[in-house]
Amino acid sequence: MNSKQGRQALYSIEHVRYLRRIRVRRRIIVLLQIMLLISAFAIWEAAADYGWINQFITSKPSRAWTAVVNLFNRGELWRHLGYTIGETCLGFSVGTMAGIIVAAMLWWSDFISKILDPYIVILNSVPKVALGPIFIVWLGTGLKAVVAMAIATSVIVTIMVVHNGFKNIDPNKIKLMHTFGATRLQIFTKVVIPASIPTMIAALKVSVGLSLVGTIVGEFLGSKAGLGYLIVYGGQIFNMSLVMAAVIMLSIVSALLYYIVVLLERKVVKYNH
Amino acid sequence: MAKLLINNVSLKYHTIEDEIEALREFNLKVTAEEFIGIVGPSGCGKSTLLSLIAGLIKPTTGSIILDGTPISGTTQKIGYMLQQDYLFEWRTILDNALLGLEVMHRKTPDSIARVKQMLKDYGLSGFENSYPHQLSGGMRQRVALIRTLATEPDLLLLDEPFSALDYQTRLAVGEDVCRILCQHRKTVIMVTHDIAEAISMADRVIVMTPRPGRVKSEHVIDFGPEYSHGSPLKRRESPKFREYFAAIWKELNSNEQ
Ligand SMILES: Nc1ncnc2c1ncn2[C@@H]1O[C@H](COP(=O)(O)OP(=O)(O)O)[C@@H](O)[C@H]1O
Ligand SMILES: [Mg+2]
Repeated sequence: MNSKQGRQALYSIEHVRYLRRIRVRRRIIVLLQIMLLISAFAIWEAAADYGWINQFITSKPSRAWTAVVNLFNRGELWRHLGYTIGETCLGFSVGTMAGIIVAAMLWWSDFISKILDPYIVILNSVPKVALGPIFIVWLGTGLKAVVAMAIATSVIVTIMVVHNGFKNIDPNKIKLMHTFGATRLQIFTKVVIPASIPTMIAALKVSVGLSLVGTIVGEFLGSKAGLGYLIVYGGQIFNMSLVMAAVIMLSIVSALLYYIVVLLERKVVKYNH
Repeated sequence: MAKLLINNVSLKYHTIEDEIEALREFNLKVTAEEFIGIVGPSGCGKSTLLSLIAGLIKPTTGSIILDGTPISGTTQKIGYMLQQDYLFEWRTILDNALLGLEVMHRKTPDSIARVKQMLKDYGLSGFENSYPHQLSGGMRQRVALIRTLATEPDLLLLDEPFSALDYQTRLAVGEDVCRILCQHRKTVIMVTHDIAEAISMADRVIVMTPRPGRVKSEHVIDFGPEYSHGSPLKRRESPKFREYFAAIWKELNSNEQ
Protein backbone atom coordinates (compact mmCIF):
# COMPACT_ATOMS: atom_id res chain seq x y z
CA MET A 1 0.00 0.00 0.00
CA ASN A 2 2.73 2.38 1.08
CA SER A 3 4.96 1.66 -1.89
CA LYS A 4 1.98 2.14 -4.17
CA GLN A 5 1.33 5.59 -2.76
CA GLY A 6 5.04 6.36 -2.86
CA ARG A 7 5.16 5.45 -6.53
CA GLN A 8 2.04 7.43 -7.26
CA ALA A 9 3.73 10.60 -6.06
CA LEU A 10 6.17 10.24 -8.95
CA TYR A 11 3.48 9.95 -11.60
CA SER A 12 2.37 12.85 -13.73
CA ILE A 13 -0.98 14.51 -13.09
CA GLU A 14 -2.41 12.89 -16.21
CA HIS A 15 -1.46 9.45 -14.96
CA VAL A 16 -2.92 10.08 -11.51
CA ARG A 17 -6.13 11.21 -13.19
CA TYR A 18 -6.11 8.12 -15.34
CA LEU A 19 -5.71 5.87 -12.30
CA ARG A 20 -8.47 7.72 -10.49
CA ARG A 21 -10.80 7.35 -13.46
CA ILE A 22 -10.20 3.60 -13.49
CA ARG A 23 -10.76 3.36 -9.75
CA VAL A 24 -13.97 5.38 -9.89
CA ARG A 25 -15.26 3.27 -12.76
CA ARG A 26 -14.54 0.08 -10.84
CA ARG A 27 -16.42 1.41 -7.79
CA ILE A 28 -19.41 2.41 -9.90
CA ILE A 29 -19.55 -1.10 -11.34
CA VAL A 30 -19.54 -2.71 -7.88
CA LEU A 31 -22.13 -0.22 -6.66
CA LEU A 32 -24.42 -0.96 -9.61
CA GLN A 33 -24.00 -4.70 -9.09
CA ILE A 34 -25.18 -4.33 -5.49
CA MET A 35 -28.04 -2.03 -6.48
CA LEU A 36 -29.17 -4.45 -9.16
CA LEU A 37 -29.52 -7.18 -6.56
CA ILE A 38 -31.28 -4.93 -4.07
CA SER A 39 -33.72 -3.58 -6.64
CA ALA A 40 -34.52 -7.08 -7.92
CA PHE A 41 -35.46 -8.08 -4.38
CA ALA A 42 -37.33 -4.79 -3.83
CA ILE A 43 -39.36 -5.20 -7.01
CA TRP A 44 -40.12 -8.80 -6.09
CA GLU A 45 -41.28 -7.69 -2.64
CA ALA A 46 -43.36 -4.82 -4.01
CA ALA A 47 -44.90 -6.91 -6.77
CA ALA A 48 -46.00 -9.44 -4.19
CA ASP A 49 -47.32 -6.75 -1.81
CA TYR A 50 -49.34 -5.01 -4.50
CA GLY A 51 -50.68 -8.28 -5.81
CA TRP A 52 -49.08 -8.06 -9.28
CA ILE A 53 -47.84 -11.60 -8.73
CA ASN A 54 -49.33 -14.40 -6.69
CA GLN A 55 -47.45 -14.58 -3.39
CA PHE A 56 -48.62 -18.12 -2.88
CA ILE A 57 -46.56 -19.38 -5.79
CA THR A 58 -43.77 -16.79 -5.93
CA SER A 59 -43.34 -16.04 -2.23
CA LYS A 60 -41.38 -12.85 -1.48
CA PRO A 61 -38.01 -11.92 0.03
CA SER A 62 -39.33 -10.97 3.49
CA ARG A 63 -41.16 -14.28 3.80
CA ALA A 64 -38.12 -16.20 2.54
CA TRP A 65 -36.15 -14.43 5.25
CA THR A 66 -38.77 -15.43 7.85
CA ALA A 67 -38.40 -19.03 6.64
CA VAL A 68 -34.65 -18.83 7.25
CA VAL A 69 -35.23 -17.36 10.73
CA ASN A 70 -37.71 -20.13 11.53
CA LEU A 71 -35.21 -22.77 10.47
CA PHE A 72 -32.62 -21.09 12.65
CA ASN A 73 -34.97 -20.94 15.65
CA ARG A 74 -35.79 -24.61 15.28
CA GLY A 75 -32.04 -25.27 15.22
CA GLU A 76 -32.23 -26.85 11.75
CA LEU A 77 -30.50 -24.18 9.66
CA TRP A 78 -26.93 -25.27 10.42
CA ARG A 79 -27.81 -28.92 10.04
CA HIS A 80 -29.15 -28.45 6.50
CA LEU A 81 -26.34 -26.11 5.47
CA GLY A 82 -23.80 -28.39 7.11
CA TYR A 83 -25.07 -31.44 5.23
CA THR A 84 -24.99 -29.75 1.84
CA ILE A 85 -21.58 -28.13 2.36
CA GLY A 86 -20.12 -31.26 3.96
CA GLU A 87 -21.40 -33.61 1.28
CA THR A 88 -20.18 -31.29 -1.46
CA CYS A 89 -16.73 -30.91 0.07
CA LEU A 90 -16.43 -34.64 0.66
CA GLY A 91 -17.55 -35.49 -2.88
CA PHE A 92 -15.36 -32.76 -4.27
CA SER A 93 -12.20 -33.86 -2.41
CA VAL A 94 -12.65 -37.56 -3.10
CA GLY A 95 -13.65 -36.89 -6.72
CA THR A 96 -10.69 -34.59 -7.28
CA MET A 97 -8.18 -36.93 -5.70
CA ALA A 98 -9.54 -39.95 -7.54
CA GLY A 99 -9.60 -37.91 -10.76
CA ILE A 100 -5.98 -36.84 -10.40
CA ILE A 101 -4.88 -40.39 -9.55
CA VAL A 102 -6.66 -41.81 -12.59
CA ALA A 103 -5.25 -39.02 -14.78
CA ALA A 104 -1.78 -39.88 -13.48
CA MET A 105 -2.31 -43.54 -14.37
CA LEU A 106 -3.46 -42.58 -17.86
CA TRP A 107 -0.37 -40.40 -18.24
CA TRP A 108 1.84 -43.20 -16.99
CA SER A 109 0.60 -45.69 -19.55
CA ASP A 110 -0.34 -44.30 -22.90
CA PHE A 111 -1.46 -47.80 -23.85
CA ILE A 112 -4.06 -47.97 -21.05
CA SER A 113 -5.10 -44.43 -21.84
CA LYS A 114 -5.79 -45.37 -25.47
CA ILE A 115 -7.81 -48.43 -24.38
CA LEU A 116 -9.94 -46.48 -21.92
CA ASP A 117 -10.39 -43.39 -24.07
CA PRO A 118 -13.81 -44.20 -25.63
CA TYR A 119 -15.23 -45.30 -22.27
CA ILE A 120 -14.19 -42.07 -20.60
CA VAL A 121 -15.79 -40.05 -23.40
CA ILE A 122 -19.03 -42.02 -23.04
CA LEU A 123 -19.04 -41.81 -19.24
CA ASN A 124 -18.55 -38.08 -19.54
CA SER A 125 -21.62 -37.65 -21.71
CA VAL A 126 -23.91 -39.87 -19.60
CA PRO A 127 -26.19 -37.66 -17.48
CA LYS A 128 -25.03 -38.57 -13.99
CA VAL A 129 -28.56 -38.08 -12.57
CA ALA A 130 -29.39 -41.39 -14.20
CA LEU A 131 -27.02 -43.10 -11.77
CA GLY A 132 -28.89 -41.77 -8.71
CA PRO A 133 -31.32 -44.67 -8.28
CA ILE A 134 -28.44 -47.14 -8.60
CA PHE A 135 -26.52 -45.45 -5.80
CA ILE A 136 -29.62 -45.44 -3.62
CA VAL A 137 -30.12 -49.17 -4.13
CA TRP A 138 -26.47 -49.86 -3.40
CA LEU A 139 -25.82 -47.41 -0.59
CA GLY A 140 -29.27 -46.61 0.82
CA THR A 141 -30.75 -43.13 1.03
CA GLY A 142 -28.72 -40.53 2.87
CA LEU A 143 -25.18 -39.29 3.06
CA LYS A 144 -23.40 -42.14 1.26
CA ALA A 145 -25.58 -42.01 -1.86
CA VAL A 146 -25.43 -38.22 -1.95
CA VAL A 147 -21.63 -38.19 -1.74
CA ALA A 148 -21.49 -40.89 -4.42
CA MET A 149 -23.60 -38.64 -6.66
CA ALA A 150 -21.28 -35.69 -5.98
CA ILE A 151 -18.24 -37.81 -6.85
CA ALA A 152 -19.86 -39.22 -9.98
CA THR A 153 -20.74 -35.80 -11.35
CA SER A 154 -17.28 -34.30 -10.86
CA VAL A 155 -14.74 -37.09 -11.28
CA ILE A 156 -14.90 -37.65 -15.03
CA VAL A 157 -14.41 -33.99 -15.90
CA THR A 158 -11.47 -33.86 -13.49
CA ILE A 159 -9.90 -36.91 -15.16
CA MET A 160 -10.31 -35.43 -18.63
CA VAL A 161 -9.10 -31.91 -17.83
CA VAL A 162 -6.14 -33.02 -15.70
CA HIS A 163 -5.06 -35.76 -18.11
CA ASN A 164 -5.18 -33.25 -20.94
CA GLY A 165 -3.01 -30.92 -18.89
CA PHE A 166 -0.51 -33.73 -18.21
CA LYS A 167 -0.35 -34.56 -21.92
CA ASN A 168 0.16 -30.96 -23.02
CA ILE A 169 3.37 -30.36 -21.13
CA ASP A 170 6.18 -29.11 -23.35
CA PRO A 171 7.97 -32.29 -24.47
CA ASN A 172 11.25 -30.39 -24.35
CA LYS A 173 10.91 -30.01 -20.60
CA ILE A 174 10.64 -33.78 -20.42
CA LYS A 175 13.57 -34.15 -22.83
CA LEU A 176 15.58 -31.92 -20.53
CA MET A 177 14.81 -34.28 -17.65
CA HIS A 178 15.87 -37.24 -19.80
CA THR A 179 19.23 -35.59 -20.46
CA PHE A 180 19.86 -35.81 -16.72
CA GLY A 181 18.83 -39.47 -16.76
CA ALA A 182 15.59 -38.83 -14.87
CA THR A 183 13.25 -41.73 -14.06
CA ARG A 184 9.60 -41.61 -15.02
CA LEU A 185 8.66 -40.96 -11.40
CA GLN A 186 11.06 -38.02 -11.23
CA ILE A 187 9.63 -36.62 -14.45
CA PHE A 188 6.16 -36.93 -12.95
CA THR A 189 6.92 -35.29 -9.63
CA LYS A 190 9.37 -32.63 -10.82
CA VAL A 191 7.78 -31.61 -14.12
CA VAL A 192 4.33 -33.00 -14.79
CA ILE A 193 2.75 -32.18 -11.43
CA PRO A 194 4.18 -28.68 -10.92
CA ALA A 195 3.63 -27.71 -14.56
CA SER A 196 -0.02 -28.80 -14.29
CA ILE A 197 -0.91 -26.87 -11.15
CA PRO A 198 -2.72 -24.14 -13.15
CA THR A 199 -4.65 -26.81 -15.09
CA MET A 200 -5.54 -28.62 -11.90
CA ILE A 201 -6.88 -25.40 -10.38
CA ALA A 202 -8.95 -24.85 -13.52
CA ALA A 203 -10.31 -28.38 -13.07
CA LEU A 204 -11.12 -27.62 -9.42
CA LYS A 205 -13.12 -24.56 -10.45
CA VAL A 206 -15.29 -26.67 -12.72
CA SER A 207 -15.61 -29.66 -10.43
CA VAL A 208 -16.55 -27.71 -7.29
CA GLY A 209 -19.67 -26.50 -9.08
CA LEU A 210 -20.39 -29.96 -10.45
CA SER A 211 -20.01 -31.54 -7.02
CA LEU A 212 -22.64 -29.15 -5.71
CA VAL A 213 -24.94 -30.14 -8.57
CA GLY A 214 -24.36 -33.79 -7.71
CA THR A 215 -25.04 -33.17 -4.03
CA ILE A 216 -28.32 -31.36 -4.68
CA VAL A 217 -29.50 -34.02 -7.12
CA GLY A 218 -28.53 -36.67 -4.57
CA GLU A 219 -30.51 -34.85 -1.89
CA PHE A 220 -33.50 -34.57 -4.24
CA LEU A 221 -33.51 -38.30 -4.81
CA GLY A 222 -33.19 -39.51 -1.27
CA SER A 223 -32.17 -37.71 1.89
CA LYS A 224 -33.51 -36.27 5.12
CA ALA A 225 -31.30 -33.18 5.29
CA GLY A 226 -29.61 -30.54 3.16
CA LEU A 227 -30.68 -27.69 0.93
CA GLY A 228 -31.77 -30.11 -1.80
CA TYR A 229 -34.01 -31.86 0.70
CA LEU A 230 -35.49 -28.50 1.81
CA ILE A 231 -36.27 -27.57 -1.78
CA VAL A 232 -38.07 -30.86 -2.49
CA TYR A 233 -39.81 -30.89 0.88
CA GLY A 234 -40.89 -27.24 0.53
CA GLY A 235 -42.24 -27.98 -2.93
CA GLN A 236 -44.22 -30.97 -1.70
CA ILE A 237 -45.94 -29.05 1.11
CA PHE A 238 -46.31 -25.99 -1.14
CA ASN A 239 -44.20 -23.84 1.14
CA MET A 240 -42.65 -21.63 -1.55
CA SER A 241 -40.96 -19.36 1.00
CA LEU A 242 -38.94 -22.34 2.20
CA VAL A 243 -38.08 -23.28 -1.41
CA MET A 244 -36.98 -19.73 -2.26
CA ALA A 245 -34.98 -19.45 0.97
CA ALA A 246 -33.18 -22.71 0.20
CA VAL A 247 -32.45 -21.66 -3.40
CA ILE A 248 -31.01 -18.33 -2.26
CA MET A 249 -28.87 -20.04 0.38
CA LEU A 250 -27.72 -22.48 -2.28
CA SER A 251 -26.56 -19.60 -4.50
CA ILE A 252 -24.58 -18.18 -1.59
CA VAL A 253 -23.01 -21.57 -0.81
CA SER A 254 -21.98 -22.09 -4.42
CA ALA A 255 -20.43 -18.62 -4.61
CA LEU A 256 -18.54 -19.28 -1.37
CA LEU A 257 -17.18 -22.63 -2.51
CA TYR A 258 -16.00 -21.11 -5.79
CA TYR A 259 -14.37 -18.27 -3.92
CA ILE A 260 -12.45 -20.72 -1.73
CA VAL A 261 -10.96 -22.30 -4.86
CA VAL A 262 -9.99 -18.86 -6.14
CA LEU A 263 -8.25 -18.15 -2.82
CA LEU A 264 -6.45 -21.47 -3.09
CA GLU A 265 -5.32 -20.53 -6.58
CA ARG A 266 -3.84 -17.26 -5.35
CA LYS A 267 -2.01 -19.10 -2.61
CA VAL A 268 -0.61 -21.91 -4.74
CA VAL A 269 0.39 -20.12 -7.92
CA LYS A 270 3.12 -17.88 -6.53
CA TYR A 271 5.05 -17.42 -9.72
CA ASN A 272 3.34 -15.58 -12.54
CA HIS A 273 4.11 -15.58 -16.20
CA MET B 1 42.70 -41.97 -27.59
CA ALA B 2 39.72 -40.20 -29.04
CA LYS B 3 37.27 -38.75 -26.55
CA LEU B 4 34.33 -39.58 -28.77
CA LEU B 5 34.05 -41.82 -31.80
CA ILE B 6 31.01 -41.85 -34.04
CA ASN B 7 31.18 -44.87 -36.34
CA ASN B 8 28.95 -45.17 -39.39
CA VAL B 9 25.91 -44.01 -37.50
CA SER B 10 22.60 -44.07 -39.34
CA LEU B 11 19.23 -43.18 -37.95
CA LYS B 12 15.75 -43.63 -39.31
CA TYR B 13 12.65 -42.14 -37.69
CA HIS B 14 9.49 -44.15 -38.15
CA THR B 15 6.11 -42.51 -38.20
CA ILE B 16 2.83 -43.87 -39.48
CA GLU B 17 2.94 -41.64 -42.55
CA ASP B 18 6.57 -42.05 -43.41
CA GLU B 19 10.05 -43.28 -42.70
CA ILE B 20 12.59 -40.48 -42.40
CA GLU B 21 16.27 -41.13 -42.79
CA ALA B 22 17.80 -38.39 -40.65
CA LEU B 23 21.44 -39.55 -40.66
CA ARG B 24 23.31 -41.88 -43.01
CA GLU B 25 26.72 -43.30 -42.18
CA PHE B 26 27.87 -40.40 -40.10
CA ASN B 27 31.49 -40.54 -38.96
CA LEU B 28 33.30 -38.23 -36.56
CA LYS B 29 36.24 -38.41 -34.21
CA VAL B 30 36.56 -35.86 -31.42
CA THR B 31 39.66 -35.48 -29.27
CA ALA B 32 39.55 -34.38 -25.64
CA GLU B 33 39.10 -30.64 -25.01
CA GLU B 34 38.29 -30.02 -28.64
CA PHE B 35 35.54 -27.55 -29.54
CA ILE B 36 33.60 -28.83 -32.55
CA GLY B 37 31.15 -26.64 -34.43
CA ILE B 38 28.57 -28.38 -36.59
CA VAL B 39 26.72 -26.44 -39.29
CA GLY B 40 24.22 -27.70 -41.80
CA PRO B 41 20.91 -26.83 -43.40
CA SER B 42 17.89 -27.07 -41.14
CA GLY B 43 16.41 -30.53 -40.90
CA CYS B 44 19.69 -32.24 -41.79
CA GLY B 45 19.82 -34.17 -38.53
CA LYS B 46 21.96 -31.97 -36.28
CA SER B 47 19.70 -32.24 -33.24
CA THR B 48 19.27 -35.94 -33.98
CA LEU B 49 23.04 -36.36 -33.86
CA LEU B 50 23.23 -34.70 -30.44
CA SER B 51 20.34 -36.81 -29.12
CA LEU B 52 22.19 -39.92 -30.29
CA ILE B 53 25.41 -38.88 -28.56
CA ALA B 54 23.45 -38.02 -25.41
CA GLY B 55 22.00 -41.53 -25.44
CA LEU B 56 18.40 -40.31 -25.70
CA ILE B 57 17.83 -42.37 -28.86
CA LYS B 58 19.63 -45.40 -30.25
CA PRO B 59 21.23 -45.45 -33.71
CA THR B 60 19.60 -47.68 -36.29
CA THR B 61 23.06 -48.90 -37.24
CA GLY B 62 26.56 -47.96 -36.20
CA SER B 63 27.98 -47.14 -32.79
CA ILE B 64 29.04 -44.22 -30.65
CA ILE B 65 31.95 -44.69 -28.30
CA LEU B 66 32.74 -42.35 -25.42
CA ASP B 67 36.05 -42.82 -23.60
CA GLY B 68 36.33 -46.31 -25.00
CA THR B 69 32.87 -47.56 -24.03
CA PRO B 70 29.84 -47.66 -26.31
CA ILE B 71 27.00 -45.37 -25.32
CA SER B 72 23.83 -47.12 -24.22
CA GLY B 73 21.53 -44.61 -22.56
CA THR B 74 22.21 -41.34 -20.82
CA THR B 75 25.38 -40.86 -18.85
CA GLN B 76 26.49 -38.27 -16.33
CA LYS B 77 29.63 -37.64 -18.37
CA ILE B 78 27.58 -35.78 -20.96
CA GLY B 79 25.86 -32.44 -20.52
CA TYR B 80 23.25 -31.51 -23.12
CA MET B 81 22.07 -27.94 -23.48
CA LEU B 82 18.91 -27.65 -25.51
CA GLN B 83 17.93 -25.02 -28.05
CA GLN B 84 16.02 -22.98 -25.47
CA ASP B 85 16.61 -22.60 -21.77
CA TYR B 86 13.47 -24.50 -20.68
CA LEU B 87 13.83 -23.12 -17.17
CA PHE B 88 10.96 -24.29 -14.98
CA GLU B 89 8.87 -21.22 -14.24
CA TRP B 90 7.79 -22.59 -10.84
CA ARG B 91 11.36 -22.99 -9.61
CA THR B 92 13.68 -20.26 -8.42
CA ILE B 93 16.89 -19.63 -10.35
CA LEU B 94 18.94 -21.53 -7.79
CA ASP B 95 16.54 -24.49 -7.86
CA ASN B 96 16.59 -24.48 -11.66
CA ALA B 97 20.37 -24.54 -11.64
CA LEU B 98 20.28 -27.45 -9.18
CA LEU B 99 17.81 -29.52 -11.22
CA GLY B 100 20.37 -31.89 -12.74
CA LEU B 101 22.11 -32.53 -9.43
CA GLU B 102 18.74 -33.14 -7.80
CA VAL B 103 17.72 -35.68 -10.44
CA MET B 104 21.07 -37.46 -10.06
CA HIS B 105 20.75 -37.46 -6.25
CA ARG B 106 23.93 -35.42 -6.03
CA LYS B 107 22.53 -32.37 -4.28
CA THR B 108 24.81 -31.89 -1.27
CA PRO B 109 25.81 -28.80 0.72
CA ASP B 110 29.06 -28.82 -1.26
CA SER B 111 27.45 -29.00 -4.67
CA ILE B 112 24.89 -26.34 -3.69
CA ALA B 113 27.71 -24.05 -2.60
CA ARG B 114 29.49 -24.69 -5.90
CA VAL B 115 26.39 -23.81 -7.93
CA LYS B 116 25.84 -20.67 -5.87
CA GLN B 117 29.42 -19.68 -6.60
CA MET B 118 28.87 -20.28 -10.33
CA LEU B 119 25.78 -18.07 -10.26
CA LYS B 120 27.91 -15.37 -8.67
CA ASP B 121 30.79 -15.83 -11.10
CA TYR B 122 28.52 -15.60 -14.11
CA GLY B 123 26.82 -12.39 -13.15
CA LEU B 124 23.70 -13.76 -11.50
CA SER B 125 24.35 -12.89 -7.88
CA GLY B 126 21.24 -11.58 -6.20
CA PHE B 127 18.99 -13.60 -8.51
CA GLU B 128 19.18 -16.95 -6.67
CA ASN B 129 15.64 -16.58 -5.36
CA SER B 130 14.13 -14.86 -8.40
CA TYR B 131 11.88 -16.69 -10.82
CA PRO B 132 12.82 -17.17 -14.50
CA HIS B 133 10.31 -14.61 -15.81
CA GLN B 134 12.20 -11.91 -13.94
CA LEU B 135 15.39 -12.52 -15.96
CA SER B 136 16.45 -11.35 -19.40
CA GLY B 137 17.00 -13.86 -22.21
CA GLY B 138 20.77 -13.72 -21.87
CA MET B 139 20.63 -14.30 -18.13
CA ARG B 140 18.26 -17.23 -18.56
CA GLN B 141 20.62 -18.82 -21.07
CA ARG B 142 23.48 -18.49 -18.59
CA VAL B 143 21.34 -20.19 -15.93
CA ALA B 144 20.72 -23.01 -18.41
CA LEU B 145 24.47 -23.32 -18.97
CA ILE B 146 25.11 -23.42 -15.22
CA ARG B 147 22.41 -26.07 -14.87
CA THR B 148 24.30 -28.13 -17.47
CA LEU B 149 27.75 -27.50 -16.00
CA ALA B 150 26.60 -28.11 -12.42
CA THR B 151 26.60 -31.87 -12.96
CA GLU B 152 30.25 -31.62 -14.09
CA PRO B 153 30.02 -33.37 -17.45
CA ASP B 154 33.20 -33.56 -19.49
CA LEU B 155 31.52 -33.63 -22.88
CA LEU B 156 29.13 -30.79 -23.59
CA LEU B 157 26.52 -30.84 -26.33
CA LEU B 158 25.09 -27.46 -27.28
CA ASP B 159 22.12 -27.37 -29.65
CA GLU B 160 21.88 -23.90 -31.19
CA PRO B 161 22.34 -22.52 -27.71
CA PHE B 162 21.93 -18.87 -28.67
CA SER B 163 19.26 -19.06 -31.33
CA ALA B 164 16.56 -17.70 -29.01
CA LEU B 165 18.56 -14.56 -28.26
CA ASP B 166 18.74 -11.28 -30.14
CA TYR B 167 21.99 -10.54 -32.01
CA GLN B 168 23.53 -8.25 -29.41
CA THR B 169 22.85 -10.62 -26.51
CA ARG B 170 24.01 -13.54 -28.62
CA LEU B 171 27.46 -12.07 -29.08
CA ALA B 172 27.74 -11.21 -25.40
CA VAL B 173 26.54 -14.60 -24.15
CA GLY B 174 28.74 -16.36 -26.75
CA GLU B 175 31.67 -14.50 -25.32
CA ASP B 176 30.78 -15.58 -21.77
CA VAL B 177 30.11 -19.16 -22.70
CA CYS B 178 33.40 -19.47 -24.58
CA ARG B 179 35.31 -18.11 -21.63
CA ILE B 180 33.51 -20.42 -19.21
CA LEU B 181 34.01 -23.51 -21.37
CA CYS B 182 37.69 -22.82 -22.04
CA GLN B 183 38.25 -22.27 -18.35
CA HIS B 184 36.61 -25.62 -17.54
CA ARG B 185 38.55 -27.44 -20.32
CA LYS B 186 35.48 -29.22 -21.62
CA THR B 187 35.10 -31.10 -24.84
CA VAL B 188 32.32 -29.34 -26.71
CA ILE B 189 30.12 -30.16 -29.67
CA MET B 190 28.06 -27.16 -30.68
CA VAL B 191 25.38 -27.26 -33.35
CA THR B 192 24.44 -23.99 -35.00
CA HIS B 193 23.06 -22.65 -38.24
CA ASP B 194 25.16 -19.51 -37.84
CA ILE B 195 28.45 -20.01 -39.72
CA ALA B 196 30.08 -16.98 -38.08
CA GLU B 197 29.21 -18.28 -34.65
CA ALA B 198 30.76 -21.66 -35.42
CA ILE B 199 33.98 -20.13 -36.78
CA SER B 200 34.29 -17.68 -33.92
CA MET B 201 34.11 -20.40 -31.27
CA ALA B 202 35.22 -23.77 -32.65
CA ASP B 203 38.55 -25.47 -33.25
CA ARG B 204 37.00 -27.46 -36.07
CA VAL B 205 33.83 -26.89 -38.08
CA ILE B 206 31.94 -29.82 -39.59
CA VAL B 207 29.63 -29.08 -42.52
CA MET B 208 26.76 -31.51 -42.96
CA THR B 209 24.86 -32.45 -46.10
CA PRO B 210 21.09 -32.03 -46.32
CA ARG B 211 19.03 -34.94 -45.04
CA PRO B 212 20.10 -37.72 -44.72
CA GLY B 213 22.90 -35.96 -42.90
CA ARG B 214 26.51 -36.93 -43.45
CA VAL B 215 29.80 -35.13 -42.99
CA LYS B 216 30.29 -33.06 -46.11
CA SER B 217 33.55 -31.39 -45.18
CA GLU B 218 35.70 -30.48 -42.23
CA HIS B 219 37.45 -27.18 -41.63
CA VAL B 220 40.17 -26.86 -39.05
CA ILE B 221 39.96 -23.35 -37.64
CA ASP B 222 43.30 -21.97 -36.64
CA PHE B 223 43.68 -18.28 -35.99
CA GLY B 224 47.18 -18.68 -34.71
CA PRO B 225 48.43 -18.89 -31.13
CA GLU B 226 47.33 -15.41 -30.06
CA TYR B 227 43.72 -16.37 -30.76
CA SER B 228 43.70 -19.83 -29.20
CA HIS B 229 41.07 -19.99 -26.46
CA GLY B 230 40.53 -16.36 -27.33
CA SER B 231 37.38 -14.38 -27.41
CA PRO B 232 34.94 -15.03 -30.26
CA LEU B 233 34.61 -11.30 -30.81
CA LYS B 234 38.33 -10.95 -31.31
CA ARG B 235 38.31 -13.88 -33.69
CA ARG B 236 35.61 -12.23 -35.73
CA GLU B 237 37.94 -9.34 -36.40
CA SER B 238 40.79 -11.50 -37.64
CA PRO B 239 41.45 -11.33 -41.40
CA LYS B 240 41.37 -15.11 -41.54
CA PHE B 241 37.78 -15.07 -40.31
CA ARG B 242 36.46 -13.97 -43.69
CA GLU B 243 38.38 -16.69 -45.51
CA TYR B 244 36.89 -19.39 -43.31
CA PHE B 245 33.49 -17.83 -43.65
CA ALA B 246 33.67 -17.75 -47.44
CA ALA B 247 34.87 -21.36 -47.64
CA ILE B 248 32.17 -22.73 -45.36
CA TRP B 249 29.46 -20.57 -46.85
CA LYS B 250 30.31 -21.94 -50.28
CA GLU B 251 30.19 -25.50 -48.97
CA LEU B 252 26.78 -24.95 -47.43
CA ASN B 253 25.39 -23.24 -50.50
CA SER B 254 26.55 -25.89 -52.92
CA ASN B 255 24.31 -28.12 -50.79
CA GLU B 256 21.21 -26.27 -51.73
CA GLN B 257 21.35 -27.09 -55.44
N1 LIG C 1 10.84 -37.67 -33.43
C1 LIG C 1 10.86 -37.56 -34.78
N2 LIG C 1 10.03 -38.31 -35.53
C2 LIG C 1 10.07 -38.21 -36.88
N3 LIG C 1 10.86 -37.41 -37.56
C3 LIG C 1 11.72 -36.64 -36.88
C4 LIG C 1 11.76 -36.67 -35.45
N4 LIG C 1 12.70 -35.80 -35.03
C5 LIG C 1 13.22 -35.25 -36.15
N5 LIG C 1 12.64 -35.75 -37.26
C6 LIG C 1 12.99 -35.42 -38.63
O1 LIG C 1 14.33 -35.75 -38.85
C7 LIG C 1 14.99 -34.73 -39.57
C8 LIG C 1 16.18 -34.21 -38.81
O2 LIG C 1 15.71 -33.49 -37.67
P1 LIG C 1 16.66 -32.67 -36.71
O3 LIG C 1 17.74 -33.57 -36.22
O4 LIG C 1 15.83 -32.02 -35.69
O5 LIG C 1 17.27 -31.60 -37.71
P2 LIG C 1 18.08 -30.26 -37.40
O6 LIG C 1 18.34 -30.19 -35.94
O7 LIG C 1 19.31 -30.39 -38.21
O8 LIG C 1 17.26 -29.14 -37.90
C9 LIG C 1 13.96 -33.67 -39.86
O9 LIG C 1 13.52 -33.83 -41.19
C10 LIG C 1 12.84 -33.94 -38.89
O10 LIG C 1 11.60 -33.62 -39.47
MG1 LIG D 1 17.66 -28.74 -34.48
